[in-house]
Amino acid sequence: MYSVADLRKGLKVTIDGYPYIVTAFDFAKPGKGQALYRTRLKNMVTGSTLDRTYRSGDTFEPANLDERTMQFLYKEGTDYHFMDNQTFEQIVVGEDALGDAKHYLIDNLKVEVLLYGEKAIGVTVPNFVNLRVVQTDPWIKGDTSGSDSKPATLETGYVLRVPPFIEEGELITIDTRTGEYSTRVKG
Amino acid sequence: MATNQTLAGRFTNLRARGAVIQAIREFFCGRGYLETETPFRIPAPAPEAHIDALPAGDWFLHTSPELCMKRLLAAGYGRIFQICRCWRDGERGSRHLPEFTMLEWYSAGSDYRGLMADCEALIRTIVGKIGRNATISYRGNEINLAGEWERLTVREAFARYGDVSIEEALAADRFDELMVQQIEPRLGLGRPTFIHDYPACCAALAKLKGDDPTVAERFELYMGGMELANAFTELTDADEQRRRFLYEEGYRRSAGRQPYPLPEKFLAELPAMPPSAGIALGVDRLLMVLLDAATIDEVVAFTPEEL
Repeated sequence: MYSVADLRKGLKVTIDGYPYIVTAFDFAKPGKGQALYRTRLKNMVTGSTLDRTYRSGDTFEPANLDERTMQFLYKEGTDYHFMDNQTFEQIVVGEDALGDAKHYLIDNLKVEVLLYGEKAIGVTVPNFVNLRVVQTDPWIKGDTSGSDSKPATLETGYVLRVPPFIEEGELITIDTRTGEYSTRVKG
Repeated sequence: MATNQTLAGRFTNLRARGAVIQAIREFFCGRGYLETETPFRIPAPAPEAHIDALPAGDWFLHTSPELCMKRLLAAGYGRIFQICRCWRDGERGSRHLPEFTMLEWYSAGSDYRGLMADCEALIRTIVGKIGRNATISYRGNEINLAGEWERLTVREAFARYGDVSIEEALAADRFDELMVQQIEPRLGLGRPTFIHDYPACCAALAKLKGDDPTVAERFELYMGGMELANAFTELTDADEQRRRFLYEEGYRRSAGRQPYPLPEKFLAELPAMPPSAGIALGVDRLLMVLLDAATIDEVVAFTPEEL
């Protein structure tokens, strides 16, 4: 159990059955009055934010969050199946909870799954992931149109801009933090 | 060599801090006030519901020099001031430090209206001494110090800025919350505001108003939405003061706060105190306003986190 004295940015608490993270916090106290603890909280499942003011004596349930290393197995409709590498336990994560991570999920990729109780609420992929280009227009030698990039579709269905010299079937590295092309994988 | 860039970057503010403290001293010494020093470590802080003293051995660090200053008043020291460190446990925010600098002054024969005039003269003098204009800008608000400062009762403030009346706010135990959320941000914007005549229940050491005992002769000074000072016409009735202390101490204990012994020596000497007025002004907050600082951290050499 947390008290108001524990409030700080980054603290994770449970409110109305949801995990929230404190994103802004200030202490206010009028004159000789009682202390007020003003917080902005972000729902870690839905992403919605909430402003709440607490007083001394208020208490909070910690949000019991657990991060586990898992391996991506396969996708079935909007369900993504993962396996815990230690316990071999399998879990299903819905597309909504994945966010942009879904663009980078290839078989056997190791990811960090954030669990709230039994429920997966987020998946963190490595900063750099190698993916194969399945479709892109060929580079026309002598093209002087000045375009320094072209669209390419990856094996996960993700479409991004790549340099003109990238060809179909090539393996490229994506920076998952920006979602952009990083480099060509030689070999 | 690793220069502390944060600390070096505060040079302008810390130089102004020194100048402001010197200007305060000159102001009071020039008006015949005696500068006093009273102990920081005391056996019995004034019991107040929402102010917690830090234990120091078997005693406490003072949360204000108020009780010792009033004992000086009672012993015949008629005009006194003190600039000192005070400690309040658990108070840390963008406008709060658990150790901060307070200016207090007390004047026998004066009342809270006299203190309002003192505030106007003091702050205008300080601003002049540090070479600033009579209009200062705090967080985008122009505050004109030259003209008449606003005087607003707490009741008027709730009627003007609150979504409920003061009675409803008190009945719902929302007085402090509404002060912070709806009233304070509107005070002292174009010019400083004295908000005065607090409900009697919000002033443990103040005299009640003669013609309306539901309110106390207490005011707070606001500039740019920030509380700078708290003042009273002092309560001199020792029996009434004891009753109020017992009430506040009862609240403290029922809320699970650290119990304090009653300040018996203060209560014993209070009957000798002449009608007086006293005020506490947060020096760090005043500097925030004068230097347009967003947080109190910017006007001190070190915050607790930097030690």
